Order: sequence, then C-alpha cells, then structure tokens
Amino acid sequence: MDLSYGPEYETFRDEVRAFIETHRDQAPSSESLRSEKALAWQRLLIEHGYTARTIPEAYGGHGAQPDILKSRIIAEEFASARVNAGLGGQGISMLVPTLLEMGTEEQKQQFIPATLRGEMVWCQGYSEPGAGSDLASLRTSAVLDGDEWVINGQKIWTSTAHLADWIFCLVRTEPEAPKHKGISFLLFRMDTPGIEVRPLVDMTGIANFNEVFFTDVRVPKHQIVGQRGDGWLVANAILGHERDSLGDPNATLTRLNALTEMMKTEHVGGERLIDNPAYRDRLMKLQGRVMAMRFNDLRILSAKINNSDAHLARMIVKLQGTELRHELEGLGVDVLGELGLAYGKSPYLRDGGSWQRHYMFFLGLIIGGGTSQIQKNIISERGLGMPKEPKFEKAI
Amino acid sequence: MEFGLSEEQTLLQDSVNRFLDAQVPLDRVRAFSEQPDDQDIWQGLTELGIPGLLIPESAGGVGMGCLDAALVAEALGHHVTPSTFLGTVVMAPLALAYAGADQDELLARIASGQTRVGVAVGDAVAARQDAGITSAGSRLTGKAIFAMDCPADYYLVADSRQRLFLVAADAAGLTCQGLPTIDRTRRTAELTFDATPAQLLSDDPEVFARTVDAGRVMLAADTLGAAQNMLDQAVEYAKQREQFNRPIASFQAVKHMCAEMAAELEPCRAMIWYAGHALDELPEEARLTACHAKAHLAEVGKLVAKTATEVHGGMGFTDLVGLHYWFKRIGFNRQMLGAPELVREEAARLQGLVA
Ligand SMILES: Cc1cc2nc3c(=O)[nH]c(=O)nc-3n(C[C@H](O)[C@H](O)[C@H](O)COP(=O)(O)OP(=O)(O)OC[C@H]3O[C@@H](n4cnc5c(N)ncnc54)[C@H](O)[C@@H]3O)c2cc1C
Repeated sequence: MDLSYGPEYETFRDEVRAFIETHRDQAPSSESLRSEKALAWQRLLIEHGYTARTIPEAYGGHGAQPDILKSRIIAEEFASARVNAGLGGQGISMLVPTLLEMGTEEQKQQFIPATLRGEMVWCQGYSEPGAGSDLASLRTSAVLDGDEWVINGQKIWTSTAHLADWIFCLVRTEPEAPKHKGISFLLFRMDTPGIEVRPLVDMTGIANFNEVFFTDVRVPKHQIVGQRGDGWLVANAILGHERDSLGDPNATLTRLNALTEMMKTEHVGGERLIDNPAYRDRLMKLQGRVMAMRFNDLRILSAKINNSDAHLARMIVKLQGTELRHELEGLGVDVLGELGLAYGKSPYLRDGGSWQRHYMFFLGLIIGGGTSQIQKNIISERGLGMPKEPKFEKAI
Repeated sequence: MEFGLSEEQTLLQDSVNRFLDAQVPLDRVRAFSEQPDDQDIWQGLTELGIPGLLIPESAGGVGMGCLDAALVAEALGHHVTPSTFLGTVVMAPLALAYAGADQDELLARIASGQTRVGVAVGDAVAARQDAGITSAGSRLTGKAIFAMDCPADYYLVADSRQRLFLVAADAAGLTCQGLPTIDRTRRTAELTFDATPAQLLSDDPEVFARTVDAGRVMLAADTLGAAQNMLDQAVEYAKQREQFNRPIASFQAVKHMCAEMAAELEPCRAMIWYAGHALDELPEEARLTACHAKAHLAEVGKLVAKTATEVHGGMGFTDLVGLHYWFKRIGFNRQMLGAPELVREEAARLQGLVA
C-alpha cells in the first residue's frame, strides 16, 4: 500500500496548478460548444498536454507517453480548481479512441485532428425505437449501391444530433446473418440529403436528444470502420470507453461537498439543515458510500497502472456510481423541501436549481449507456458466472 | 502509487484461510456453539503467529500493521471462526502501545498465545441500561455488559470517562458471567467490578478513541469476510438448485439479488484496505474512515445477510446449512462498538457538523 504519487509527480502537479492559475481567465465558463473562446482554450490545453494528452501528434494530440498518474493529476487539479478541462462529447470520448484502435490511417487523419480541435462535432446513432437494451436487434438498413451505402431507418435518443456535423452510426448491412454479425459501423455527415432531425424534450425541459430519420441517405462506401458485419465489435470497444466515464466518484465527491456546504448555510424554521438529525444521518450515509466508491476507484487506478483487470471492482462502477449520484442529488432536493421544487427562472433557486436538474439528469444516466438492470445482468453473468436466461425465439 | 495488497499480505491471508478451511469447517463451528472451547483453533492461529501480529518484534511479536490485522479479521469472518481475536490480538496490544505502557512481559505472553485479553469498552462508547464503570483511584466499580473475548486472563476496561485500565481476571471483586447473544461464535460476558484493583493504562481519551477505531475496522473487516462468504454460498447454491426445470441461478430475480450484493460488497474491500492502512499511516484520516467503514459495512452486511438467506429459500432459514451463523455474526458486528447511526453521528461530529 503506497498512496503517494512520488516527488516526480508532485512536481508535475505543481506545474499543472501553475498553469491553471496563470490561464484560468481564458477558460470558458461552461462548455459552450464551438464558441471561439472554447476552441482557443481547447487548442491551448492540447498544446500543454492537458487534454488529448496521449494521442499522437500526427493526429493532432499532444503525443505524450501514456502515464495514468499524470492523467489523474490533471483531472484532479482541473476539477478542484473548477476550471473547464477541455471539450468532451461523444466524438472525443468515444469515437476518437475507437478510431485509434480500429480506424484506417486515412480515417485517423481525416477525423481525429478536427474532432480534437472541436471543429468536428459528432453524435452517436445506436438506439432505435425497437432496439434499446437489445441494441443488436437494430433495423436501420444500409444497402450497397455501386460505391455508396443507401441508408433507411430511424434512430432515437440521439444526443446532440441537432448540433452535430457527423454521426457514427450502427446499421444492418447483412440481413441474412445472425443479429450480432450483420451490423456495420458507418460514419457520415449530418447534412447529407435524406436526414431529418426532430428534437425530443427530456424531463429536465431541455431538448438535448433527438429522433433521427434516414430516407435514402447516400454515404460513400469507404466511410466504414472495421469490416462489413464487424460493427458490433467496433461498437463494443466504444461502449467500454463510455461506461468508464459514467459514475465518476470524484465528481460525486465534489457534489457531496457542495451539498454539505449548502446544508450548513441553508435554514428551515430557523435551524440549519445540517442540525436536523435525520438530514444529517442521510448525508453521512452518502458520505460513507462515496468514500467506498473513491477507494474502489483507487483500486481500479492501481490495477490500470499494473496492467491488470480490476474485474468486479470495475464492472460495478456504472451501476453503483450513477445510482449513488442520483440519490445524492435527490438528498439536495429533499433537504430543501419546497425550495427543492424551484425551477427555471424561479427567484427561489438554490445553487442555480442544480439539485433538481441533476436529480433528473442522473436518472437519465441510470437508463442511458446500459440500464441498471442490464448492468446487473452483466455483473451476474460475467462477474459471478451465473447462467443466461433461456432465450425465447420469436415465432415466425 | 500502489493501492493493493503486498505479496506478504496476500500470503498472510492465504495461510490463515488455508488453516481455517482445513480446521474450522461448519461442524467445528457448531461444536463450539454447543461447547465453547476454542483451544485447538487458537493453537493453530498461534502457530501462524497471529497472537503477536501487532506486537513489536522486540516483545516477541511479528510487528505487522493494522491492515494485516484487518486481513486476518476478514479471513476469520469468512469462516465464522469461533476464536478470541478482537481483544487479545488487536485492541489490547494497540491500547498498550498507544498508551506507551511498559508491558513487554505481558505482550510477550500474549504473543506466545498463553495470555488472552477480553475487552470491555462498549459501555464507554454507548452506555445501555445500568451499565458503566466508575473509577476511584485505581479501583473500578460497576458493570460492563457485552464484554468481548471472554473469559480471559486480563480485561481491557474503559470507565465512563474513557480512561483505559487493565484488570487481571483474578483481581478481587471481579466476576465474569457469560452472556448469550445471537452470535454463538463469539463469547460475550458481563463483568462486574466491586472496588476491583486495576492498572491505569491511560487517561487520555485519544488513546481510548484510537483503540476503538481499530476495533471498529476489525469488526467491519470481519463483516466483509462473512458477507463475501454468504454471497459465494448464495451463488453456488443458486447454480445447483433447480426449480421449474432450470437452475434458479438462471432466473433474473435471483441473478439481480446476487448482482446487487456483489455491487455493494465489492467497493467495501477497498474501503477496508484503506481504513486498515489509515489506522497506521494516515492519522488525520483514520478516525473518519474507521467510522464510515464500520457504518457502511454494517449496512452492506445487513443487506447481504438478508439477501443471501433469501436466495437459499427455506433452506436458508433452517439450521441445516448453517447460513445463520454468518447472518448472526454480521448482526453482532453491526451492533458492537457503535451501531451505524451512532457511528455516523460521530463522523458528523468529527467534521464539525454537529452544533
Ligand atoms: C440521457 C440519455 C442519453 C442517451 N443518448 C444516446 C445517444 O446519444 N445515442 C444512442 O444511440 N442512444 C442514446 N440513449 C439511449 C440509451 O442507450 C437507451 O435508452 C438504453 O440503452 C435503454 O434502451 P430503451 O430506452 O429502449 O429501454 P428498454 O430497453 O426498452 O428498457 C426498458 C426497461 O426494460 C428493462 N430491460 C430491458 N431489457 C432487459 C433485460 N434483458 N433484462 C432486464 N431488464 C431489461 C430496462 O432495464 C428498462 O428498465 C440515451 C439515453 C438517455 C436516457
């Protein structure tokens, strides 16, 4: 057991701190996609190696050797300084890693640099009305016609489709093959004729995801990642990246601290919220759970450094992390009582209405990226070795 | 940066587990619950060096740390081992060390397995009914209930002002009366003192508190081991038991019960490692981590104890598979040295959150 990062890393931490201190006024306040300020900040971060750190320079990254601790220090310092740590989004967090693993040289050149700079924004076209948890049953079809795929069908829950330049999309190209083997992974522009995007308002009141309709959308044949029929494998490489980023206990800790602060300053009936023993016990209960998840995270980090798999410790993070965060935000709503209902432009908002908004938003993350029930299937089958349920074949 | 067990630590835990696998099967536990004699088990643990785990080499021990002790506690919990541990191996040697007491002779006898120490500090954590001990000079009067690791050769006793004393079993005016609890793998007693001569170890509440911190982490570690075993048994049972012409492990309701147990329990392992490490190495975090480890493992343990029993159906409720020994052990660990609500309140107080 050695929890110190060592002197070399503490020097690095000082460098990161100094950078943040000197440059923080250049950082965009919130992630304002595509604003000149956000793009300039992104370029600066890449240049210093604080984002896109290990991506080769040839593809527009910083080109540093992978060093898990340095990446961790960067994340920690930007988070604790509450300074924007660079652009996120599905292009950067999901597509780039996948192209690095599975893309052709040409695809890497064409897509990675522009994506990293924030000039090429992506959306993820997987889910369909008939294919959610059972994603492999998707039916949007792509048929080869000369040098082009012709795509027909519909996607749903496509986050940021209304803002995106491009989509990475799962389509069925081999209708005769077994369902997991008939899927291909295509990349195409969102302004291709035949694409219609209809926004869907979510429960937080924001229209961040969409329905996307495809009618005879023609896409050049070479815009495929992996081979025809290998789309499921390519997609699964991405899903791994996605799950790793959901339920981060360090972000949850930041919110726990904010909640504690609020409970110390906010009053009910003349008494501080923290002085109510029932509220206090709920807060302490959550603190214990957050603690357990943070130590679990250290265990995963250590396993990564040693190139070993933390197995169950890692498999449970999406389930536990998103449920915990949802509950924590919910406590923020509960302790505020009636004030917890304030929303929109209400003059009674606390912390900008974030408790109620996050409470709902994290319910979305419990569902998205593989629901809690699907996570439990995975944990019991792959983690505990329990048998799959017998399959029902559809009567023909 | 290395967050995990060293090779030495893994070996230590493996050797204890191997011994317990061989020598403490369920039948041995049952026999103890009828006839509480653990001499053979203690003998075996002594051969492995367990009594001297936390005692410095200069006093005949092996000079290991609290994380090592937590790993042993986990193994003991895994096997619902009916043996003295918390008082003799952990709380007494630590109290002596924290107090800076010059007790090498006693420590050497503990390390050799000859001398056992019971622990009666619970009333100073949470006084119940009419229990509590007052001291006048170095004489103790009053009653300690739910003393652990009894009977013993010495007792580590806290008075109501959290001063720690050492009392010899044959001291004048001391009686030790066995006290049954649900957990028949532990020997609990009521100690009464009547102007009983005692040796003051420390009047510093910090020494008391550090000793209790360690005790709490050990109880939590015991729960980790016990709960892991219950989960393993539930998964195994579910794979074998058939209903409706299929293993019940293929029913999603059963799978999800097991997944929920695993998802709650797995992070507890890291929590115990951290809490054990903190006792020795991170003094500024140790108490808060100990409180949370104690409370959190109590909650997760309770969930696992219930759910694993349910997975076994009627069989889980019977004496036949003996699952109840684990259920009760987890229940014991939950209530002793501060039940979860009390310990969480202490955590809040430590952070200045209690007016
Ligand atoms: C905020 C948000 C953002 C999203 N963004 C995107 C995006 O950008 N791109 C994209 O492609 N998709 C996106 N999704 C879609 C998301 O991946 C799906 O919603 C999710 O996979 C669940 O599918 P579904 O909605 O069809 O629910 P269903 O699969 O119909 O599930 C309904 C209920 O049935 C349960 N269930 C289903 N199958 C099983 C089973 N085998 N065992 C037990 N229970 C089961 C589920 O757990 C759930 O409780 C997003 C979703 C959300 C909420």
